[in-house]
This record gives sequence, C-alpha cells and structure tokens, in this order.
Amino acid sequence: MSLVTPAEAARDQSLQDARFRYLLRLADTSLVLGQRLGEWVGHAPALEEDLGLANLALDLIGQARLLLTYAGETEGKGRDEDVLAFLRDAPDFANLTLAEQPNGDFAHTIVRQWLLDAWQLEMYEGLLGSADSRLAAIAAKALKETRYHYRFSGGWLVRLGDGTAESQRRVQEALEGLWRFTDELFAADELDEQMAAAGIAPRLAELQPRWSARVDQTLHEARLQRPAEQRFPWHGKRGVHTEHLGHMLAEMQHLQRTYPGAQW
Amino acid sequence: MSVANQPAARSSQEHQRLAWDALRTVMDPEIPILSVVDLGIVRYVRGSRDQPLHVGITPTYSGCPATEMIRRAVREALDQLGYQDAVLEEVLSPPWTSDWVTDEGRRKLESFGIAAPARALSSPRHLLHPPVVACPRCGSRATDRVSEFGSTPCKAHYRCTSCLEPFDYFKCI
Repeated sequence: MSLVTPAEAARDQSLQDARFRYLLRLADTSLVLGQRLGEWVGHAPALEEDLGLANLALDLIGQARLLLTYAGETEGKGRDEDVLAFLRDAPDFANLTLAEQPNGDFAHTIVRQWLLDAWQLEMYEGLLGSADSRLAAIAAKALKETRYHYRFSGGWLVRLGDGTAESQRRVQEALEGLWRFTDELFAADELDEQMAAAGIAPRLAELQPRWSARVDQTLHEARLQRPAEQRFPWHGKRGVHTEHLGHMLAEMQHLQRTYPGAQW
Repeated sequence: MSVANQPAARSSQEHQRLAWDALRTVMDPEIPILSVVDLGIVRYVRGSRDQPLHVGITPTYSGCPATEMIRRAVREALDQLGYQDAVLEEVLSPPWTSDWVTDEGRRKLESFGIAAPARALSSPRHLLHPPVVACPRCGSRATDRVSEFGSTPCKAHYRCTSCLEPFDYFKCI
C-alpha cells in the first residue's frame, strides 16, 4: 500500500487547482473571442466574410468546449462546460484582455484576431509537448484549425494594409489601439511559471520571440508599422478585466441566467 | 430484427464487419454522399461476441455542428443492428486529417462538384499561401479562392476562371 503524506496530498491538490485555473485561461480566451466573432453574424462587410468569421467562432467555441469540459473534470466539483460558460461572473473569467475588446470596425476585428491567432499558433504548438496528454491532444486539434485562422486574419491584414489609403489608415489605427494589450500575452505570472515548471505548459518567454518574428513578417508584407511597445499591466488572465467583458457576458449569459437549465 | 443476436456463433471479426457495413450507411449530414467511413472519422471498431463493441469516432473540426448529429446517427445504426450495448468513444488524438478521407470518398466528392482536399501540406510555412485547386467540373487549374471559409467549416469557397463556375473545396487540414 502506498502511503501519501498530508504534505504530498496538499501538493497534488494544489497542482490540480493550478491546472484548473490554467485551463480556464486557455478556454476563456477562445470562448470570449468566439463570442465576439459571433456578434458579426449578419453584419460583416460581405457574405464570404460573414461566413468566415462565423466559422472561426465555431472553431474557437469548439476548442473552448473541450477545454472547459476538461477544466470542470479537473476541478471535480461537478461543473460542466455549460455551467462554467454561463454561470461565472466576469472576475472568474481568465481570458486575455485582448480577446474581450469590442469588435470596432472590420479592421479592429481583423487586428485583434490576427494578434491572437499568432499567439494561439505558438501556444498550441508549445502545448504539443505537454506532460498533460489530454491537453496536448486538444492542442494538436486546435493547432490545425488555428493555421487556417491565421491565414484568414493574416491575409486580410495584408489586403487592408496594402490596400487603399483609407484601409491602410484604419488598420494602422486599429493596430495602435490594440497593441497595448499584447504585453499581457507573454507576461508570465506565478501560475504560468508553475505550469511551465510542471511540464504542462510552454514557457511564455520562449514563445515571445517566435510570435514577434511572425508578426513582423506579416506587418512587413502588409506595409504596416509595428507600434511602440507599451508596458501596461492588463490582467484579464487574473480576472481583472476591462469594462467590456461584463457587457458581453450579460448578453451571452442572459438566457441561462433568466431561465436556468433551459435547453434547445 | 436484431442481426447481432442471430446465430450465436458469430466470430468477433463478423461482428466487427457487420458494424463497419452499418457505419458505411451513416451519411454526413452536410455532405450526404459521404459516409462517416469515407470521411475517415470512424477510427476503430473493437470487441467480440462476449464483449460490447467499442466504436471510436473523431470529430473533424472542434466546433463542427454536425458532430453531434453524426454521433446520434451512428448510435441509431448500431442500435438497429442489435448492438444497443455498443460503446461510442470520442478519439481526440491523433487529430483528424483530411488525408483520412478514403479514395472512394475523394471520388464521391469530385462527382458531387466538391474539389477533393490536397494531400496534407498544412505546414506553417504555407500559412499565407493557399494551394492550387483544380476545378471539379472542367479540370482547369485556373481557379481563385473566394473565401477561406465556405458553407461548412470543412470547405473553402473557390471559383473557376475557365468555366466561370463557383465551387467548394474540401479543405486540407
């Protein structure tokens, strides 16, 4: 019989808690971004882009479902994907602040998408080698989808940037407005460090140069200027959000909050 | 009538073959000429006369809305065959690839007017450059991609600049 000391049991429990909170970061970033893209349905500039944005949203929400289901099982308190998506308040969401920013015009949506697609490309690739085999399997699936997302958003960034004077002005403006949220993408806190030390997640510091190189390459192709670095302590992944998330959740969660357990 | 409960002496292989045959009749709800076997989403059928069948299914895209319909249709096909105790397992790893669409599936796609997927080349180096796709109607390679995303998550929207027809391309992933 193997004996587990109280100290070991506490350590295992704290690793499970940490894993749960980390899975929420990944899941919520996909969920919130997917919900934002869904707001475009019926409003995009052309039917093809309407379908494109909706397809991205579907993939992202699909990834969020896999991750939230896993998070719920890791937590072990009986919360499933729906409870986690529809019955948590804004401070319990752990998405990157960039994901919750409003759609703005098409240029803003494309820049937000492109920055996060580039981040997810590196993150999912890093997770392929995770010591957590279930997380690695979800990442392998999501990575293939994300490559398509990047081709869509990167392709549009180039078309807009290398397009008319008007499209270039607007996409550069969006870039200036959203760039300040990119600091958070690679700013590691204790949880990021703990997951990296456990071999569950890649080190953010190792992803950053690859992300930066990819972003620079596409910016160059799009004839756009990389904005100056702006160090600002956004903490969406720690539950401290901009005012936009609460409004988004009010709409997203309205039905389940009003009619708990309602089903299609 | 339950086939599975007929002559008790069926071998494991026969049970599995019956299940595969039944799965070949389960069509994709979005591309109704393709069965779930043509699509390569049935990963395995295991089990024997004494043990329930285990059927592994993998989703094409994480968010594909057809996944749950397919799961129900597979369940129904197995139930009708008498395998009510069959266990459906979701397989995530390795992730589905369009390379698993069978040769027969590729022929069916082309005959349905959907260009078959290129062989997997979804390398990060080709991120911004879509593959050259031949028109499924006239065979011309002078085609343009209209949109990376078409009527379903698994298709992109193209047009042929020779015969001027629009068509779907089953994406390579």
